[in-house]
Amino acid sequence: MNMIAEPPSHQFQSDANRTANDAPRRAAVRRALSNYQTARDRTGATFTDWKSARAAASTIKHEALNHLDRYLEEFEQKFTARGGQVFWASDSKQARDYILELAKKNNVRSIVKSKAMTGEEIHLNQALLEAGYGVVESDLGEYIQQLKGEPPYHFVFPCMHLRRDEISDLFHRELGTAKTDSPEELTMIARRVLRRAYVEADMGISGGNFIVADTGMISITENEGNARLTVGLPKIHVALIGIEKMVPRLADLALFLPMLATAGTGQHMTGYNSMYGGPRQPGEIDGPEEFHVVFLDNHRTRLLADPEQRDALHCIRCGACLNVCPIFKNIGGHTYGTTYQGPIGSVITPHFRGLEDWKHLSGASSLCGACTETCPVGIDIHHHLLHNRRNAASQKPAKGEQLLWKAFSFLMKRPALYRFATKFAPLGGLLHPLVQGTPLDPVASWTATREFPAAPMGSFRERFRAHAAAKKSAGNKGGNR
Amino acid sequence: MSTQKGDREAILGRVKEALREPAPLKHPAERSAGGEPTTAHFREWLPPVGAGTDERLDLFRKLSETLRSELVSCSSLQEAAKEIEKLATTENWRKLALHNGEIVDALIPLLPSSLQILPLQKGYDKDELESCDAGLTECDLLVAQTGSVCVTSKNSGGRVLSVLPPHHLVVARTSQLVTDLTEAYLSLAAKYRDGYPSMISFITGPSRTGDIERILVLGAHGPKRLTILLLP
Repeated sequence: MNMIAEPPSHQFQSDANRTANDAPRRAAVRRALSNYQTARDRTGATFTDWKSARAAASTIKHEALNHLDRYLEEFEQKFTARGGQVFWASDSKQARDYILELAKKNNVRSIVKSKAMTGEEIHLNQALLEAGYGVVESDLGEYIQQLKGEPPYHFVFPCMHLRRDEISDLFHRELGTAKTDSPEELTMIARRVLRRAYVEADMGISGGNFIVADTGMISITENEGNARLTVGLPKIHVALIGIEKMVPRLADLALFLPMLATAGTGQHMTGYNSMYGGPRQPGEIDGPEEFHVVFLDNHRTRLLADPEQRDALHCIRCGACLNVCPIFKNIGGHTYGTTYQGPIGSVITPHFRGLEDWKHLSGASSLCGACTETCPVGIDIHHHLLHNRRNAASQKPAKGEQLLWKAFSFLMKRPALYRFATKFAPLGGLLHPLVQGTPLDPVASWTATREFPAAPMGSFRERFRAHAAAKKSAGNKGGNR
Repeated sequence: MSTQKGDREAILGRVKEALREPAPLKHPAERSAGGEPTTAHFREWLPPVGAGTDERLDLFRKLSETLRSELVSCSSLQEAAKEIEKLATTENWRKLALHNGEIVDALIPLLPSSLQILPLQKGYDKDELESCDAGLTECDLLVAQTGSVCVTSKNSGGRVLSVLPPHHLVVARTSQLVTDLTEAYLSLAAKYRDGYPSMISFITGPSRTGDIERILVLGAHGPKRLTILLLP
């Protein structure tokens, strides 16, 4: 994937054209998502009042984000009092350099990593590998993607687009294992390989789902137990986490953990929900000697500074908005070209990486509002896409489009001129076939997949007048009731 | 390095600057007077549990079944030991790792003598623990609302005993069953007033994954089986 030379909007357009026509892949994604939808509906229905729970989750995140400075400091104070260390990284490079420096200082030889989208965001694996450190992804889906040399397809279901035979072939090629069509056997292959990685690693890197201010803890949600092992066995634990993942109180997790599970995978509760409040404490039998939390800003404060869109930072990364999005289902996760795919990714990426380069994502929406409807923390996702469109237009007006609208309004204000101009519409229809399919075609993006409607010979005005005249003559004949 | 904090002041400065203009609250929740939604509110919205001990136990049993946890009621320690012996025979265990505690200590003399015991109390070798067939721990709490077993690094297996061996055995008392997560957090706060363990983990079923075609597979990295021996 060479995304450096190509502008993101071109990459998006060409990948979208390709993936939207890949029917087997789309069918696989749809199948996976329909299983999700069934589970989610069933679990969601067990809530006494999902809507109130959602409003509460939104209110708590609003409180956390709008006093973020206070809560970050509270976390730091509580966490360091128990022997943890906090590093504040303004950008990707600072975070990478700190982790590399830690690895160097501690003579780290191998690293095991549990799922962290922040790791993808700062290209951590690449930096570690370039510096000569082996790093193994331990989440099954992430491990498959790492072997495949591809970024995650979906930030909760990293390899949802792959069929079992593709995974079997991949394992056969990369690990030399026998081919199988059993998901269970495939899982056991990964289990065997990764066991060694946990035991041998001297550094474990994780992300984090929540930062808990009042007790100074990081909460990690997972199903496989890989994160438990990743941060339990190695002597150093590094948690790389975006500053927006804040909740004020440990007790708030009583609400957030079931909501994250329900929205994320349709479970009542994810397999392992673990809160880590420091390195190994006196009297404990194991655990890391050092626990470093790396707070990542990386332009989150830019989004925080926009009160209108600040609530996009309420996101708990459940992935529900991807799972219901008609665009995601058709173009798939890789097409976005972003760390965070789908509707929420389209909202936040322009803030993190520049509106000019990423404004096209705001157009990748039917504005159906399914994302907003499903969001467990009540982010008005599709309205934020509209805000992004508006901001992009005011930042860099589309000159051609403006001119077109000026011409249109000039025409509309002059009925005589308008009447005269409509006479030429059929002429346009006659001439269009001459340029169709050539670069001169002014409506090429429409006609590539659809017929351009032929202009009728008579205008609406003419037909209306004829209709009125016919009715009048019929009325005169006495048929008027 | 331990004093290195990175861009602390710059980031906090940017956060403060960013928050000068307040953001509208779009979905105001029901709240206590002037405060935040309280945990008492959560209970009105989350899946209901039921008031009595029997209802809690019924729900825990039902969820355990769905989650494929194996819940076994034992009327005495002897019965629990028998159950362990049965599992050891069927699964052909050679080595059992355990974390000492009141119930576990009382169980040890009752376990089959053929079973090699690895107590983790004084530290352990990772490879040796990895080679164990099962791990035996107590737990801090059981949660009816979610079917979860709450373990901590202090009392119930340290960081990894509950996830590294392929079979996790939990011995618990019925009195440890709490209604919901809210009660669990309250109970933990009271119990660890002088300092929380470095890890609190709610384990909900055996290790699982759906990463391949969203098909459920148990035992992804953690235990393939989770057995809860419930004592009165």
